[in-house]
Amino acid sequence: MPVLRRYCRNPSAMLGLVILLAVVVLALSADQLFPRNPLALAGRPLQWPFASPRFWLGTDTQGRDIAAQLFHGARISLLIGVVATSIAIALGILVGAVAGYYGGVVDEVLMRLTDAFQILPNFLLLLLLIAVFGSRLETVVIAIGVVSWPAPARLTRAEVLSLRHREFVEAGRLAGLRDLRLIFGEILPNALPPVIVYASVVMATAILLESALAFLNLSDPNVPSWGNLVGQGRAVLRSEWYVCALPGIAILLTVLGVSLTGQGLNDALNPRLDEQ
Amino acid sequence: MSPRLVIDHLSVALPRGADRALALNDISLTIAPNEILCLVGESGSGKSTAGRAIMRLLPPSVRISAGAITLDGADILALSDADMRAVRGARIGMIFQEPMTALNPLRTIGDQIGEVFEVHTTLGKAERQARVLDLLAEVLIPDPQAAARAYPHQLSGGQRQRAMIAMALALEPTVLIADEPTTALDVTTQAQILKLIRDLQHRHGTAVLFITHDFGVVAEIADRVAVMQSGQIVEQGPASDILNQPTHPYTQSLIAAVPSLHPTSRAVVAGPVALAAEGLGKTYGRKGWFGSGRVTHAVRDVSFTLHRGSTLAIVGESGSGKSTLARCLVRLIDADRGSIQLDGQDILPLSRRDWQRHSRKIQMVFQDPFGSLNPRRRVGDLVAQGQVLRGTPRPAALEKARELFARVGLDPEAISRFPHEFSGGQRQRIGLARALAVNPEILIADEPVSALDVSVQAQVLTLLHDLQQELGLTVLFITHDLRVATQIADQVLVMHNGAVVEAGACAEVLNRPQHPYTRSLVQAIPGRHWTPPVLSAGAG
Amino acid sequence: MLLLRFALQRLVISIPSLLLILIGVFILLQFAPGDTVDALLAQIGGGDSTLAEQLRQFYGLDAPVTVQLGRYLWRLAQFDLGYSAIYGKPVAEVILERLPVTLLLMVSSLLVAVVGGVLLGIIAARKVNRWQDTTISTLALLFYATPSFWLGVMAVVLFSIHLDWLPAGGLEDIGGGLHGWQRAVDIARHMILPTLTLGLIFLSVYVRIMRAAMLEVATLDFVRTARAKGVSENRIVTRHILRNALLPLVTLIGLHAGTMLGGSVIVESVFTLPGLGRLAYDAVMQRDLNTLLGIVFISALLVIVVNFMVDLLYARLDPRIRAKGH
Repeated sequence: MPVLRRYCRNPSAMLGLVILLAVVVLALSADQLFPRNPLALAGRPLQWPFASPRFWLGTDTQGRDIAAQLFHGARISLLIGVVATSIAIALGILVGAVAGYYGGVVDEVLMRLTDAFQILPNFLLLLLLIAVFGSRLETVVIAIGVVSWPAPARLTRAEVLSLRHREFVEAGRLAGLRDLRLIFGEILPNALPPVIVYASVVMATAILLESALAFLNLSDPNVPSWGNLVGQGRAVLRSEWYVCALPGIAILLTVLGVSLTGQGLNDALNPRLDEQ
Repeated sequence: MSPRLVIDHLSVALPRGADRALALNDISLTIAPNEILCLVGESGSGKSTAGRAIMRLLPPSVRISAGAITLDGADILALSDADMRAVRGARIGMIFQEPMTALNPLRTIGDQIGEVFEVHTTLGKAERQARVLDLLAEVLIPDPQAAARAYPHQLSGGQRQRAMIAMALALEPTVLIADEPTTALDVTTQAQILKLIRDLQHRHGTAVLFITHDFGVVAEIADRVAVMQSGQIVEQGPASDILNQPTHPYTQSLIAAVPSLHPTSRAVVAGPVALAAEGLGKTYGRKGWFGSGRVTHAVRDVSFTLHRGSTLAIVGESGSGKSTLARCLVRLIDADRGSIQLDGQDILPLSRRDWQRHSRKIQMVFQDPFGSLNPRRRVGDLVAQGQVLRGTPRPAALEKARELFARVGLDPEAISRFPHEFSGGQRQRIGLARALAVNPEILIADEPVSALDVSVQAQVLTLLHDLQQELGLTVLFITHDLRVATQIADQVLVMHNGAVVEAGACAEVLNRPQHPYTRSLVQAIPGRHWTPPVLSAGAG
Repeated sequence: MLLLRFALQRLVISIPSLLLILIGVFILLQFAPGDTVDALLAQIGGGDSTLAEQLRQFYGLDAPVTVQLGRYLWRLAQFDLGYSAIYGKPVAEVILERLPVTLLLMVSSLLVAVVGGVLLGIIAARKVNRWQDTTISTLALLFYATPSFWLGVMAVVLFSIHLDWLPAGGLEDIGGGLHGWQRAVDIARHMILPTLTLGLIFLSVYVRIMRAAMLEVATLDFVRTARAKGVSENRIVTRHILRNALLPLVTLIGLHAGTMLGGSVIVESVFTLPGLGRLAYDAVMQRDLNTLLGIVFISALLVIVVNFMVDLLYARLDPRIRAKGH
């Protein structure tokens, strides 16, 4: 496939893919390498990385193994990223496709709804949802999905609007296709590629949002999230700053990997003329 | 008189991976002062590349590999970048095809024309503005003061092109390169612009290189002609020679493909009425929030009758309502008023489900070969879709698709391929096959050949004609090109601003137009005084 | 004036969305496990059910939901944001105390992000694929991927703790007794790290957008026309490409207004700034629903105002929009 070949020739895209795969490996190997509960007390608190052979990356304020938390945290981050993004993209495509195809009053109403979600700062809405429904992981993930759907919705709507009047859609209608089949069979398959690429942006944002919540102690405390670690490390910033630094680097690398992959996908799907 | 511009054995190389190694292959031509040389060719012939090469405006990956270009004796290719910039706009002017995108949408017309003076002269602001107004008056833009203050989107297509001409001729360049300047314009506007270019050229003595694909335009304004094919000049000489006695087989085939303006004698078809429209109307209205309502009458009180087996052409420029009318007839758009009788049944009030049963009888072929086929479906599926939705089992529908492919001149096994694997002409054949798959009685063709090269156009029109004879189809052919209409239709309907202004047999309307609009349309046909010669030997 | 009319049209369209937000949030908060009175009772150390009922009556919390909603919307229209049971002051007063800090943070971050983003984006586009472009683009990507709270925390570690160049938090040195110019400088010193933390994230987005837009516009037809007129490359960038490339950026600023306000919650937490963001966080933790609602209202208004100004700017730049009118 030409798309795959173009992707592989792009060095930053390959780098992104490698990083992403590394994070996946981290997540998958967490149980093998660190079979014990990562949030259980493991040793003396606040040991420095490389100081003790048992704790490569040291221990945190409560004596828990940082390396274990990093590995298990990878699972949480990926889980949150994938599930929240799926929710956001699914909602977004639904709203965007209906608004773009039917136009008129339906479009107006749905756009006012989308506007409402975009006017309200998404982090505030997140805080509200957490305040009302609690901090369990499931709640956090759904809340992030609910907060992230407007942008994919707008993107889908724009694509559907531009495709709605294309002649192949008219031909389909003339052949006898009904609305639903037109939207899902003819229009969406052509409208979706940019939206799918945008999913990488949504995923990156989802991971960042969850870690920000965790930093503020608003995410699930019973889960080894990277953000939780950073939040803990605030108290010992002056001396044991590695407790903050290490999980932050993990978040940075993961988001970097997701972004580079998404960008690479975008470039592979839309080759520009100057790339000769 | 020594020539103004000389191109001497010029070759331009394309980057690796392009469909051929050389965009231009050893071409040579000269342009004398005070003459218009038309460079004619189909898409991919390299004619636009030639124009850009003279300006040294080729894309970075395309380079001049051999040859020389001299302007008034001076070697252009040897100039430094700074010196070349001094030449562009001052000694060589250029105008492009799409006036909407060729002008900066965020700056006024006066600003952009004035920029030429800013860059090349030391005139003060007041002086520049005065010159801009003079130029706008010279290109016959109504109200030059307002036009200078206007933005491109506030002017019509023709006015924008006039502004571009003003910009190119501001400093009285020696050479003007016009790259398909009228292709995107309506026929009547095109006639005005061609006249303007010719008048200005006479007045200033400019040497003009006019790039086009339309032999009608060539017949209208060319002094000399050069014909290009695949990067080479196959024939050049005085216009009358090339147009009336072409020697090269390619030129001969191109000229043979130009539809003549003399309607072929056709038997009058007086069968039963297949389709009748009565008082059709469609209005688009908008109630703005703050009281700014704009109402457009896209179709106004249109009536006609179509007899079985005949061909009716609907001719009009953009905005005439012909496309809206076509879509009303197949209920892609619902008309607001009137009736459409299909085999005696008024189809307008039918519900969607009932219409589904009748829609088999009237099908449509669309204009855009690239937009009318879903890029993600196999072409066989697209052709079979109509049948499957009406109850035919899939294997039978695909078998019919194969038959149809053979009939339209495509390989039957190609039904498993995707649209992007076919050329423009082939895609229109697929569109025809799709329309014929459900055995319609009436075929509506909405500008099916407008986006195709002239030679391919002729093939598709011939195919359409053959199919019509073979299947006894009734055809409604929509076009903006009176030449095409004359060639294939018995009757013609002329539309303007949503209403029918004239109707009748082709020969009548063409030779004795009654309505002023029809007259202006007929007079605007480029090269209508030229009759393409009927060539026997070697004609395509 | 066409410009104003266009922007006003867009403003009017925001009103239904604002209503949707207010009604939606109000209904959402009805699902909250405890209400203001519960929180108040918890603060004063408990009370019996009669007290609770009296308090509820006092605050009007015993009326049916629709009536409460109606009263609430009516009061909002008069900018009466209610009473904060936790702070013991009208909500409007609490918010007004905190608003200036957040505004200061947002405005300075926006300035840093836009000015920096545009300049660096132009440089990256002009030197595309050369070392300047590679450096700028890589740094932009890195900053985009960095969580804002981590960036803030690490900045504090580096600049406050190790290098001791800048203060670690707070708005100003309390007890310093500074006035006038000296006070302004002190506040500025305290705001450097928070501004950079919030601004750099958005700067990285704007750099990439500006670079992409400049490269895209350079391929458009009218640039080719300008070259055919003999215009120099520099002039083409400043007179033809720049303005056109700014358009998508301006749109983005409007879209990001809300995100920036959300980002201030984190930055104000990291640097302990007494702004709206911190207030929102505290209100969530303490279940002060009145204050929370007030913050939602003010934030929404703020975003709408920013969008209004952005629309004005966009219409000023792009004459085509004024004509279309929607």
